[in-house]
Amino acid sequence: MLRLAKRYPFSASHRLHSDQLSDNENDRLFGKCNNPFGHGHNYVLEVGVSGEPDPESGMLLARPELDRIVRQAVLDRIDHANLNTDVDAMRGVVPTTENLALVIGRLLREAWEKEFAGRPVRLDSIRIEETARNTFEVTYG
Amino acid sequence: MVSITRKAEFSASHYCANPRLSAAQNEALYGKASSPSGHGHNYVLEVTVAGDTDPLHGMVMNLKDLKEIMNEAVVEVYDHRFLNHEVAPFDRVVPTAENIARDIWRRLEPRLNANGRRLRSIRLYETPDLFVDYSEEQHEGGVAA
Repeated sequence: MLRLAKRYPFSASHRLHSDQLSDNENDRLFGKCNNPFGHGHNYVLEVGVSGEPDPESGMLLARPELDRIVRQAVLDRIDHANLNTDVDAMRGVVPTTENLALVIGRLLREAWEKEFAGRPVRLDSIRIEETARNTFEVTYG
Repeated sequence: MVSITRKAEFSASHYCANPRLSAAQNEALYGKASSPSGHGHNYVLEVTVAGDTDPLHGMVMNLKDLKEIMNEAVVEVYDHRFLNHEVAPFDRVVPTAENIARDIWRRLEPRLNANGRRLRSIRLYETPDLFVDYSEEQHEGGVAA
């Protein structure tokens, strides 16, 4: 089994807050992350792909192609953005990094199906480091 | 079953170009890595070996032995070399991270599969932000497919 992963740093701000909850409940649940003005992180998105390498190129996927699809489908939308207000795909969800990972995964899979349909390389996993200590991962079978 | 992982580093230069393609096609495929002058990386290799712990010494294998095998089979072969010009098979195989990982597996696997333990996987970092994981399916008895 061959898997390649590439890491893409991005910076974004967010505020964890649910309109379904009272101010007290939000504070108890999200703590400092509920600060009304929001706060930011230097996130790292790690995109894993797997399959068989192309016999001609010796690669699962050309790095410029991977860079382009990640940039167009994801980074252009979220880098230096406010995840509560600036990102259409995040509307209506609390921008926890769990939800961010699911949304990024959906955006990438849609772009993947459009651009790489029929290729042997598949999207294997999305991993996000919110900080060096907090990591979230979604894997696709 | 317990797995143990050991890390080693080597520095090497390479370039990625398929001789059947034009310079422009290689540039589109491999980006800046296609320049035949080459460029270098500090590669980091993680080798994971799995097996049962020995009832006598409590180890899957002696980490010192693993270090020596990694040094002899990989680091001494690759370190401070221009892979395309100095390390077979990269005179005819493009030294992408994918192909290097497969070559490292081929070099390590016969020396590590012994005494009930086996090479489970390797991870090769080309840079801190790009790595490949490689493993081969195992038959019963731990022989590589």
